[in-house]
Amino acid sequence: MEFFQRFAIPHPSPAIYASMVAIALVSIGIVVGLTYFKKWGYLWREWLTTVDHKKIGIMYLLSALLMLFRGGADAIMMRAQLATPDAKLLDAQHYNEIFTTHGVVMILFMAMPFIFAFFNLIVPLQIGARDVAFPRLNALSFWLFFVGAMLFNISFVIGGSPDAGWTSYFPLAGNDFSTSVGTNYYMLAIQISGIGSLMTGINFCTTIIKMRAPGMTLMKMPMFTWSAFIANIIVVFAFPVLTVALIMGTADRLFGANFFTTSNGGMDMLWANFFWVWGHPEVYILILPAFGLYSEIISTFSGRNLFGYRAMVWSMILISLLSFLVWTHHFFTMGQGALTNSIFSITTMAIAVPTGVKIFNWLFTMWKGKIRFTTPMLYSIGFIPLFTIGGATGVMLGMSAADYQYHNTMFLVAHFHNTIIPGVVFAMLAGLTYYWPKFFGFMLNEKIGKLTFWLLTIGFVLAFFPMYLSGLDGQARRMYTYSEATGFGPLNMLSFVGAALMALAFLAIVYNIYYSYKNSPRNIGSDPWDARSLEWATHTPIPEYNFARLPQVSSSQAFWDAKKKGHELFKGEIKDIHMPNNSGVPFVMSCIFFVAGFSFVFALWVPAVIALIGVFVCMALRSFEQDHGYHIHAKEVKETEAKYGKVLNNEDRSRATSRV
Amino acid sequence: MKIKLLFLLSIMTSVIFLSGCEPLLVFDPKGPQAERQASDIILSIGIMSVIVIVVMVILAYILIKYRASNQPDNYEPPHIEGNHLVEAICVGIPVLIVAYLSLVSVQSNYIVESAPVGYEEQEPLVVYASSSDWKWHFSYPEQGIETVNYLYVPTDRPLEFKLYSYGPITSFWIPQLGGQKYAMSDMVTTLHLAADEPGEMLGRNANFSGKGFAENTFNVTAMSQADFDDWVKEVHETAEPLTETEFQELLEPGHLGQMTYTGTHLEFSPAPEHNHSTTNESEVEYTDHSSHDQNQTNEENEHSAH
Repeated sequence: MEFFQRFAIPHPSPAIYASMVAIALVSIGIVVGLTYFKKWGYLWREWLTTVDHKKIGIMYLLSALLMLFRGGADAIMMRAQLATPDAKLLDAQHYNEIFTTHGVVMILFMAMPFIFAFFNLIVPLQIGARDVAFPRLNALSFWLFFVGAMLFNISFVIGGSPDAGWTSYFPLAGNDFSTSVGTNYYMLAIQISGIGSLMTGINFCTTIIKMRAPGMTLMKMPMFTWSAFIANIIVVFAFPVLTVALIMGTADRLFGANFFTTSNGGMDMLWANFFWVWGHPEVYILILPAFGLYSEIISTFSGRNLFGYRAMVWSMILISLLSFLVWTHHFFTMGQGALTNSIFSITTMAIAVPTGVKIFNWLFTMWKGKIRFTTPMLYSIGFIPLFTIGGATGVMLGMSAADYQYHNTMFLVAHFHNTIIPGVVFAMLAGLTYYWPKFFGFMLNEKIGKLTFWLLTIGFVLAFFPMYLSGLDGQARRMYTYSEATGFGPLNMLSFVGAALMALAFLAIVYNIYYSYKNSPRNIGSDPWDARSLEWATHTPIPEYNFARLPQVSSSQAFWDAKKKGHELFKGEIKDIHMPNNSGVPFVMSCIFFVAGFSFVFALWVPAVIALIGVFVCMALRSFEQDHGYHIHAKEVKETEAKYGKVLNNEDRSRATSRV
Repeated sequence: MKIKLLFLLSIMTSVIFLSGCEPLLVFDPKGPQAERQASDIILSIGIMSVIVIVVMVILAYILIKYRASNQPDNYEPPHIEGNHLVEAICVGIPVLIVAYLSLVSVQSNYIVESAPVGYEEQEPLVVYASSSDWKWHFSYPEQGIETVNYLYVPTDRPLEFKLYSYGPITSFWIPQLGGQKYAMSDMVTTLHLAADEPGEMLGRNANFSGKGFAENTFNVTAMSQADFDDWVKEVHETAEPLTETEFQELLEPGHLGQMTYTGTHLEFSPAPEHNHSTTNESEVEYTDHSSHDQNQTNEENEHSAH
């Protein structure tokens, strides 16, 4: 009996039971559906074992969208609870678990896979490569992320969710104050997916350094690739810190190690320092690729090259360096004295300069352009003023003496949502709309897309701007309730209305995908937006090998120059193309990781040890394996190319694009 | 774009009306530290608003002027690599702004970290403020009294709060007197405040500390020195002394109302103020309290860590 008690939820509620039933029904539905339609073989061959960067990117995209809804449901519950004073919708414990889950899911299991999706989908195409440097490692990265996310997501039905905030400050997150297994889930789920992220970082740094098309020097890389390059360098430097911190935290919770628990000589603020040494660069891992996407989109829809390319690159390099020098601004109030606060205050505010350079460069990219107001462009235009406000409040927070008044209040919550939503989420949705035709062969509906944008923007402003005021009026973050006397009621109600509008916007995205799948025309050509960089130079749908002949590049907008100046991108003969073999090992190994993680959460040592042995067996097998990949022969490539109809020449391309 | 700007403006104004006529707590300072912080905030809002407005105006202008529907079909946007003058301005002005704000920020740091301006000459009233799940204990060593969940302070005298915690990290915050600082279980932090005028104020723990966090508040009353002295005298006449058993019971997780005691818990459960310069002293401290079993283990471990 005791065995089962360990898996019981410590604070059950009807909502959780309903979710349990829903999860069970959906799982049964999926299994039955796959069996009925005899799709198990297809699923295994085409998806579970794939090493194709495009398919892995699509799986990242789907997971990110799924997690967006998971985290969004949490957000709506929180705003509903706070909409009125003294509300009884959620109790304190449930609320704490929800905001913790919301933070972790949105940052690590929504935003991260979303940007990884774009790394996978775009980077190899933009640099004219056939795949990433380590395709099989790439598959392992995805599956590790995925099982990490799943491990985290089952916490609320088996054993209880983490409840110490997404920052999990010790000693609150220690065994003394956080008694359920929730924080164990936090430590292990993030650890497993974090290993995947670190491998992605290594993989893409290598890809970008080693696999660029002939002629593409670093300063001729498209801006998104630049942003991906720098973000992945940050990943490689920041994630090991998280790995170590999580190992220490796990040791504290499972083995009584006392690194962070103060009762036995540990240091609670050591966790906070580790967490933010990773956590602050993490926000730039998210925002820099978003900047890259905006650069591509603004340039395309202004019909102009990017203004100040070099300044854009250098500002990103500067931001990446500064991002490692500001972590203390997350706890100016720790009592480290005026000198330390002054140093970190200055480095924090300094980030505004390179970021400002980027804002102005986007503005001047539109200058003298020919601006088309498509859905991706609307997101990019909406981003500029909203992100400027978010950045401006960031500078305000950077003034450490004033930060004593903002710290831990709704003002801070408003600030970081004001940067992350217009910064990252808008960019992801813009990128989703922009690249959708390249990967799925049809365009998303523009009318629904624009409606979504307006719903999201209005909802965002309503949801988060009131928080600046309630923060300055003394509302601390993470309060599950407040009394009527505080006067926070009307502002929070406004936030709830905004959150509801945002929820509608996200539903509209799903509807748009469904509607466009049914109704959009399929003959859109390979370059529906009249774009500028190499990813649009290949066919739609993209052949397995991306490019039959590797492109010859002489500028950062090679495809545009090919279209307008008649540069010849693809020269020479079609030759045999070497491709990697599919492998089931990454998937299997990740499933074993899941078992190991779950066993560690509940301190089930026998299965944990067996699973860890399984992981090592997978690695050993790989080291003895002879896998040289395979060749697609030139003849086959030519046949495939012929199937796309005539290889489009420049005139055909411009005719194809004039339809839009 | 115009619509959006109008929309933003209308939201901001309606929100201000909705929030009533009373000023936001942070903009209603009752002491020099909070005043300095409020003026920093207003200064930064002003400067930042200018930047935001400039960006919005440039954006609106460009969008209107260079929209595709405003141009002939055969218009080909030019290829422009960059412009040194424009780029110099885009770097130069932000650098100047950040430099100015840094200067103000550094000055303010030293101001809020030392005795409040205008109160440098006076001896501060030292109050040990410690948190436990989910309440605040205020010890007045000078007066020999201790309160739970409420704080009486004299006006026109500097206040020196010594902050620490009997559990998770908390943050001691009285918005109208000045910004917050962490209270942690393994060290003592110091917060300098002062109250200029009598009145009732809100204080709370601002750092999430578990289930009872939302109600982790305390009342602050500022009063004249004479009233404060009367209160102290009254406490000594009416309140019971704080015993160690009773204090241990108070530390149990849960919410409590306001309570008043004579004596402070510092006598049997001192604050974690480590004196690194002389190891002897801390050893003496340790033997002094060796009779208190529960604290002994804690202290022993704390000392061994240093």
